[in-house]
Amino acid sequence: MYSLPYPLHPQPLQPDAASRPVWQLDQTLRAGFPSPALDEGARRIDLNEVLVRHPEATFVMRVAGDSMREAGIDEGDTVVVDRAIRPAHGMVVVAVFDGEFTVKRLELRAGRPRLLAANPSYPAIEPREGQTLEIWGVVAHCIKSFVPMEGKSGRAG
Amino acid sequence: MPALLAAPGAAPRRAPVSSIALVDGNNFYVSCERVFRPALAGKPVIVLSNNDGCAISRSNEAKALGVRMGQPWFQCRALQARGLVALSANFALYGDLSDRMMSIAGSFAPRQEVYSIDECFLDFTGVPGDHRAIGRALRARLQQWLGLPSCVGLGPTKTLAKLANHVAKSAERKPGSYPAELASVCDLGQLAPDALDALLAATPVAEVWGVGRRIEAALQAQGIATALDLKRADPAALRARFSVVLEKTARELRGLRCLDLDDQPGPRQQILVSRSFGDPVTRLDDLQQALSRFASRAAEKLRLDGQLAGAMTVFLRTSPFRPQDAQHSASITLPLPGPTADTRKLADTAVRGIAQLFRPGHRYAKAGVMLLGLEAAGAQGAAQAELSLELPEDHAGHSRPTRDAGRLMASMDALNRRFGAGTLRVAAAGGGGHPLRAGEAAEAGRARWGMRRERLTPQYTTRWGDRVVVRG
Repeated sequence: MYSLPYPLHPQPLQPDAASRPVWQLDQTLRAGFPSPALDEGARRIDLNEVLVRHPEATFVMRVAGDSMREAGIDEGDTVVVDRAIRPAHGMVVVAVFDGEFTVKRLELRAGRPRLLAANPSYPAIEPREGQTLEIWGVVAHCIKSFVPMEGKSGRAG
Repeated sequence: MPALLAAPGAAPRRAPVSSIALVDGNNFYVSCERVFRPALAGKPVIVLSNNDGCAISRSNEAKALGVRMGQPWFQCRALQARGLVALSANFALYGDLSDRMMSIAGSFAPRQEVYSIDECFLDFTGVPGDHRAIGRALRARLQQWLGLPSCVGLGPTKTLAKLANHVAKSAERKPGSYPAELASVCDLGQLAPDALDALLAATPVAEVWGVGRRIEAALQAQGIATALDLKRADPAALRARFSVVLEKTARELRGLRCLDLDDQPGPRQQILVSRSFGDPVTRLDDLQQALSRFASRAAEKLRLDGQLAGAMTVFLRTSPFRPQDAQHSASITLPLPGPTADTRKLADTAVRGIAQLFRPGHRYAKAGVMLLGLEAAGAQGAAQAELSLELPEDHAGHSRPTRDAGRLMASMDALNRRFGAGTLRVAAAGGGGHPLRAGEAAEAGRARWGMRRERLTPQYTTRWGDRVVVRG
């Protein structure tokens, strides 16, 4: 990102302002096609725009357990799961194994999926004959809160 | 059976004049529950109406166990011994997933009509390419992004699209009922004429959109037993003996487009009242006034059909055709405090709902209400029906609770006199002047009305505290 050294959007000249044309440039511009949102002025950063790439396909889940500790995902954290992202080797995913949701790192070797924990005290999950492993969604973000989420925790308040 | 399909290029077929799709979620409420409870996959599952009264959604396995649509819970309770899982209706969840589904479906076509919580029409007229392939892509996306199974029916008219959806669903669920290659995604517009007629001949006339069970018998008496019979019936005679609506239905079966998006031939399963505003609306109180009117209208329709609603979806959106405007589109599904057809409760719910959705600084182009979880007024017992239906008819047209506080108070007083002090505090009192969250409304409803919702799943997608737990 860089600022253009010249104005991009001259405002229309007003008759009574003819001697003082106004040029406005108060945005940092992305290279390429100019943003149509430029005329709207600054909008406050919206975390939804940052954390939610596909709003329809995005769900949040609460983590219970410490099997992903070394990946930075701890008990009580909230994972933002995006089902529109195609699961690939090395991604952290939410999978359904034996009817239960589990968060693990996906390993795809020679087409065989395994779910790896990020904690040495947990074994890898390898589906055996007759077992099914379904990738429910890809973990796009992990939200770690250091203060209570007041008023957001529903029943507990 | 590739012979069914008209060979491309075999005959100089006209480019289709129009192509409409009906996208429909399979066993929608049950499917929504399964997204967040994967252990329910492959099991017989039903969702019960408000008050756990009767089955309003059934998994295929539950259908196989013999649970009928609308069957009272006490009648199928014994099937729990055979693995039947029954859940209370979680309308907040269904409403949110519906919203996501409609948003995804709407991105596939230039025009969309949301017909009910789990169905929408898409108008592909003028869209180049193979519409059946688009239908398949849409179905795959709903499965991948939401985990919701669906079927897509396509045809030159709404009636044929609806029929195509029936074919797609039946062929998927009951192999042998229709040709297997029509399962899941079916485009009647791509069938050769005689193949289409064979299919219509295999379809009872009651399956045609707008032909209710009531006129089915009358049609049978006229020798009209199948969809093909109806297609071939004399339109003038249909109009004379039945209605102009049925005449249009017959013409639509011939591929002549008589219904546009937003036109309906018959009663709906859900009641939707919405409007595009002539001028953008920017003020909350204007929106509340509009929503109060929509809810009143919906209540009238509800009483006319002798039905009660269990929940209400309120939605609003800015115009996507004004990209220069800040865009906002949102919806919320609120459970009602017990099945009701009461204008005041519905209007109040709509007014509260829209207040939660409204964001200042937006130019709103459309808003509306949809009533869900409809059931016959008789189903909940005489006392409930009386409570809800005894209202004077003319009340509906004059309800303006937001503006006319005096009138609202008078209504509240009247209700409280009749049903006990505090009855109507449900809406206004809970949050100390702040609008209630959906979950709180549900809890208030449970507490005050003694609602039975013993099997309610969490509001996974609409309440932070109800997030799904994933094992780490």
